[in-house]
Amino acid sequence: MNKVVSGADEAIRDITDGMTLMLGGFGLCGLPENCIAALVKKGVKQLTCISNNAGVDDFGIGLMLKQRQVKKMISSYVGENAEFERQLLSGELEVELIPQGTLATRCMAAGYGMPAIFTPAGIGTEVAEGKEVRNFNGKDYLMEMAFDADFAIVKAWKGDTMGNLVYRSTARNFNPVMAMAGKITIAEVEELVQPGELDPDHIHTPGIYVHRIFKGVDYEKRIEHATVRSKQ
Amino acid sequence: MKEFMLDKQGIAKRIAKEIKDGYYVNLGIGIPTLVANYIPDTMDVVLQSENGLLGMGPFPFEGEEDPDIINAGKQTITMLPGSAIFDSAMSFGMIRAKKVNLTILGAMEVSENGDIANWKIPGKMVKGMGGAMDLVASAENIIVAMQQVNKAGESKLLPQCTLPLTGVHCVKKIVTELGVYDVLPEGGFRLIERAPGVSVEEIKQATAGTLIVEGEIPEIAV
Repeated sequence: MNKVVSGADEAIRDITDGMTLMLGGFGLCGLPENCIAALVKKGVKQLTCISNNAGVDDFGIGLMLKQRQVKKMISSYVGENAEFERQLLSGELEVELIPQGTLATRCMAAGYGMPAIFTPAGIGTEVAEGKEVRNFNGKDYLMEMAFDADFAIVKAWKGDTMGNLVYRSTARNFNPVMAMAGKITIAEVEELVQPGELDPDHIHTPGIYVHRIFKGVDYEKRIEHATVRSKQ
Repeated sequence: MKEFMLDKQGIAKRIAKEIKDGYYVNLGIGIPTLVANYIPDTMDVVLQSENGLLGMGPFPFEGEEDPDIINAGKQTITMLPGSAIFDSAMSFGMIRAKKVNLTILGAMEVSENGDIANWKIPGKMVKGMGGAMDLVASAENIIVAMQQVNKAGESKLLPQCTLPLTGVHCVKKIVTELGVYDVLPEGGFRLIERAPGVSVEEIKQATAGTLIVEGEIPEIAV
C-alpha cells in the first residue's frame, strides 16, 4: 500500500484541461504550495477550482489565475486578489460564492458518501435561488449537493507512505474534508515517515482516502496578515 | 452629536457586557474582533474562530508569528491552554448545532424584523459571504455591531433591507454609535440604552425603521 510518488509533477501528471479540482487551505494557511507550482508549470487550463479563497496576486491560487488557468472558482471569500477582480469584472472568470460552512459540508458529504446535505445557511437570500427547500421541525433548510471533484489536492504536516495524514494547527482547515472528497486525492506533506511512526490514535485522515503522497519542498508558508503585540 | 457618539472601542466595550461566564463566542471581523479586549479576566470565555479553533488567544509577540496559526480574518494569533483544533466541516457543525452561545458580527443594514445584510453591494466587487450566512442562519444569540448612520447621513436601521440579504429574522440585539436596541420578535427596534449625551430625539432622527421607546432610556455605562 505504498502511495508515494516522486514529487508534485508526478502527482499531478494526469490532471488535464477542464477538470474540477479541490484545493485545501484557508487564506494562505495550509496551502498545497508544491502542487500549485506544478500546475502553473504544467499550464493546464479551463479548471474549475473549489477552494475557500482564491489566494493573493502572487501566491496560492492567484498564481494559477495570473496564467488564466482557471475557468471557474467556487469559494466563500475571494477579496484579496486584484487580478481575480479584474478577470471577474471582465467576464473572463466565472465565480460561484457559497457560504463557508456549506462549502465544507458539501466536501464532507462527498467523503461520507452522501449525495446531499440540508443547511439553513442562505435561506431567504440569493444563495437559495433555484434550490430545493425542505422544512424540518418548523425550520427551512436548503438542499445542497455533495461536490464531485476529479482531484482533491491537500497539504498536511506529516504523512506516512500509506497516506495517513496529520495536520498542524489551523493549517488543518479544509484539508481533511477535501482529502476525503476527491476521486483521486493528492497529499503533499512537510514530513514523510514510515508506517508505524504516526500514532494511529492521532491520524486525522486515514490513508484509504489518499491516493498519492509526496514530501513537499521549499515551503514558503506566507503569512497574509502578520499581527503582533508588543512585549510589555 | 458627533462628540458624544460611541467610537469603535466604545461599541466593542458595550457589547462585551453581553458576554457571560462560560460562553463560547464567535467574533466576526472588524469591531467584533475588538470585543475580545474587553472581556474581564475573571470570566471563563472561549473564543471560536471558524477556520477551526476553539481557544483563540491574543496576537503573538513580534517574532513569534506562526503561519499555521491564524484566525478567520487570516491574522496571526496564539492558542490558549486548552485550545482545540478541528476541520472546517466540524467548525460549522458546532455552529449549526448551536454549541456556540453568542455570535457577534458587523452589518451594513439591519431591518426591523431582524434581517441582516452584510456581504454584498450591487455594482461593487463582491468578496463573498465567508461564514456569515452559516452563522446568522444557525446562531440563536446574534449581536450586531454597526454604524447606525452612514457617511451620507442615511440610517442603516431600516424597515426593510435594501442590500442583498445575509440572513432573515436572526438579529436579536444591535449596538451602534448612538444606542443599544433589541430587535423585537414582532418587529421593531426597541431602544434600551443611548450613547452618552445623545438624546432620544436624535436617535429617532437616525432610525428609519420602527423605533420603540418606552419610559426613560438610560445612558450606556461603559
